Amino acid sequence: MSAVMTIEELRRGLSWRKNLDKVFVVVGLLILMSCLGLLALLFLDLVRDGASRFGWDFLTQFPSRKAERAGILSAWVGTSMIMLVTALVALPVGVAAAIYLEEYAPKNWFTGVIEINVTNLAGVPSIVYGLLALGLFVYKFGFGQSVLAAGLTLALLILPIIIVGTREALRAVPKAIREAAYGLGATRWEVTKDHVLPYSTGGILTGLILGLSRAIGETAPIITIGALSFIAFLPGSPVTSEFPFVNFEWLRSEFTAMPIQIFNWVSRPDQAFQQNAAAAAAILLAMTLAMNAVAIWIRYRFRKKINW
Amino acid sequence: MSATTTSGSAAMRKGAFSSLAYRKNRDRVIELVLMAAALVAVFTTLAIVFILLYESSFFFEHVSIKDFLTDTQWTPLFDDAHYGIMPLVSGTLTVTFVALLVAIPLGTIIAIYLSEFSTHRTRETVKPVLELLGAVPTVVYGYFALLMVTPFLQQFMPNLPGFNMLSAGLVIGLMIVPYVASVSEDAMRAVPRYMREGSYAMGATKLQTALRVVVPGAFSGIAAAYILGISRAIGETMVVAIAAGMQPTLTFNPTEPAATITAYIVQVSLGDLPHDSIGYQSIFAAGLVLMLMTLVFNVVGFFLTRKFREAY
Amino acid sequence: MNTNVVHKAETPTLSITMEERKALRATPAKAIAEKLDFWYGTNQALKNINLVIPENQVTALIGPSGCGKSTFLRCFNRMHDLQADTRYSGSIMLHPESVNLVGKDVDPIEVRMRIGMVFQKPNPFPKTVFENVAYGLRLRGFGNRTELAERVEKALRGAAIWDEVKDRLTDSALALSGGQMQRLCIARALATEPEILLFDEPTSALDPIATAKIEELITELRQRVTILIVTHNMQQAARVSDFTAFMYLGELVEVDATSKIFTNPSKKATEDYITGRYG
Repeated sequence: MSAVMTIEELRRGLSWRKNLDKVFVVVGLLILMSCLGLLALLFLDLVRDGASRFGWDFLTQFPSRKAERAGILSAWVGTSMIMLVTALVALPVGVAAAIYLEEYAPKNWFTGVIEINVTNLAGVPSIVYGLLALGLFVYKFGFGQSVLAAGLTLALLILPIIIVGTREALRAVPKAIREAAYGLGATRWEVTKDHVLPYSTGGILTGLILGLSRAIGETAPIITIGALSFIAFLPGSPVTSEFPFVNFEWLRSEFTAMPIQIFNWVSRPDQAFQQNAAAAAAILLAMTLAMNAVAIWIRYRFRKKINW
Repeated sequence: MSATTTSGSAAMRKGAFSSLAYRKNRDRVIELVLMAAALVAVFTTLAIVFILLYESSFFFEHVSIKDFLTDTQWTPLFDDAHYGIMPLVSGTLTVTFVALLVAIPLGTIIAIYLSEFSTHRTRETVKPVLELLGAVPTVVYGYFALLMVTPFLQQFMPNLPGFNMLSAGLVIGLMIVPYVASVSEDAMRAVPRYMREGSYAMGATKLQTALRVVVPGAFSGIAAAYILGISRAIGETMVVAIAAGMQPTLTFNPTEPAATITAYIVQVSLGDLPHDSIGYQSIFAAGLVLMLMTLVFNVVGFFLTRKFREAY
Repeated sequence: MNTNVVHKAETPTLSITMEERKALRATPAKAIAEKLDFWYGTNQALKNINLVIPENQVTALIGPSGCGKSTFLRCFNRMHDLQADTRYSGSIMLHPESVNLVGKDVDPIEVRMRIGMVFQKPNPFPKTVFENVAYGLRLRGFGNRTELAERVEKALRGAAIWDEVKDRLTDSALALSGGQMQRLCIARALATEPEILLFDEPTSALDPIATAKIEELITELRQRVTILIVTHNMQQAARVSDFTAFMYLGELVEVDATSKIFTNPSKKATEDYITGRYG
């Protein structure tokens, strides 16, 4: 009787394979660390390049032909206003759509069509949303190159993110709770309103923040609409001192935004403007990472708090 | 026994309670409102298709499809205008190719490591951080490509122009590594334990099991990750607009500057074109081509994902 | 009170006199299932069920896994309507109005407002104890604080849990023990004064002491409400119910006074199940 291989050969082959395993672990870790390291490197470099610009002046001045006097006031105000519109549109529509798909929709072809559309829209390049907005919002609907058009465009862009995030949050509510509520004679909306939604708010909030953190950095769609980068004025304030205390002029105003300003400054060959770009980019990156971190933290706390 | 005010004889017949009828009618109205919200997704798709086709139709009144597909120059804004889309497509494809050279190996290795080798703790720490990597605004990546990667590469390749597709491609690759890694890892984790156990029971190491059992088993899911990564790279705008230059050139050489479809659209949007000009319409035609390219990849990716889910 | 419970569990009644049997037969019916069939898609889960549910009595449904007892129970409050592709045929007539609970023209939501259910795994809402019990009342339009408080207390007393929670009404219901949560769910169902109270294996997730408390509660509650209970525990059926129905593969095999079913069943299938020939 002869074995397939001797114990000696077996052991040699085995140690060779085990070494390969170890090598792979090292390689894998190395690659992982490099990718993360590159991100850290990027951030640090940005901060270093833009260091000279950080300061209150930078945040409160308008762009200017002189790099040293240029600031991002109009940019971050524009970004904030756009984010406001985006959130006010995307949140209700996205949550409503998710509730419909998760709690109401029957499993037929019609629902399938809607779901395919949601998945598909998540994969559409952002610049195509810009083209949609240009043709539809700016011209056909006549909103012009305005904060309103930008907000609506970004709302459509992040709609799939909100829908998917909300659906996950709704799904996390156990069936037993729904059954108990139905068993008492509640209607579908009552079950949703009284039991499912209250316990999904954490997840929904997470989805909203993730969506907004994506929207805040989107440049392509708003360039396409025609955001200008040399805006030396602010859109009118939404709050006025006379009745009715709120006005909507700012929605129709031309605007600029943080990513646009960065893009503009980066494109200038002048070293000084590139420093501005670095500073603004560092601020934008910090905002984005902070929003993501908050969203992840909320998701974590929410999962811990309600232990089904 | 039934002493409450809400029950009584004939109470079961529909519509007997005004309050119940009210609740049910309210439910019906709410359902319609919710459905309308869900239909927004459908309308958005239809609107995109409509606007691209509509505006492109004007473009194609002036330009024949043959010219569009075969002309080797794209200069719609010049006096001697050429409308061949191939330069833009070549730019897009070259950048995408470079990006994939980075993203596919790195993303797959990271996925294999996270799925088969790392501890639960490591994975839970690393995955959110990877998510963050993918959340960085693309304009910041563009800055990175132009002002950090290109100078760095120029140390090894002194003839590398300030605008080139190589830097842009590398950075885009880095940008989509988290996405490819995450989707591939999900696919690998879904491979059932018993398949791995069969391999281990024969004395295979983790690496062998990973490469011979898990990766083939997760193949359609991993392929879906690659395909969707391609779709992302094709649609990427800001990195190329900043770092690859805006000169449409028919070339597949990554060390040259070139414009992608997306960069061209940006370039035109920065200018001030009248609403009815052919320059304006050309961006919709370019957008249409872009949409078709990503659609093909998205559809393939979708079917691969579904096939993968069905298998397990 | 505790010693009574233990005493009861150890000595179930095993025989019944002719007079007692006559008295039981004379009990009016609260619901009558007639020629009831039920389908999940193309799969027929209930076949020709004919059963009388006597008023203010406890009727138990027993049988091996998959025999359809939970399916039958859920017909009474139309829970199946929440799933697609389900179909009823035949009737469950609720008396004295003579309304068909599974009829097409009868609204499931109304049915659920009049038939209560307690589930297998206690499922209180993640709200306060008070709000859990008050929810069903709020659905019906009770908003007045005093009235709500009265009704909630009444329901909690009826579920034998008032003393344990009266100082914790504003605490989260999830902080209660398993047995307490289940009694809270019973209180929640009682608050809306249902005409039939359905129990779907209510103690299978509880420890023996909690189980005993709930069994005692069930035997008391029958004076106020008709009870239908599904259980896979035959001893429980013997302890708690007045009538027992044995089901097998979607059909009703035999129904009779509990004592008779467990001492002298008429059908061999029943006897095989009861003696443990199959589970």
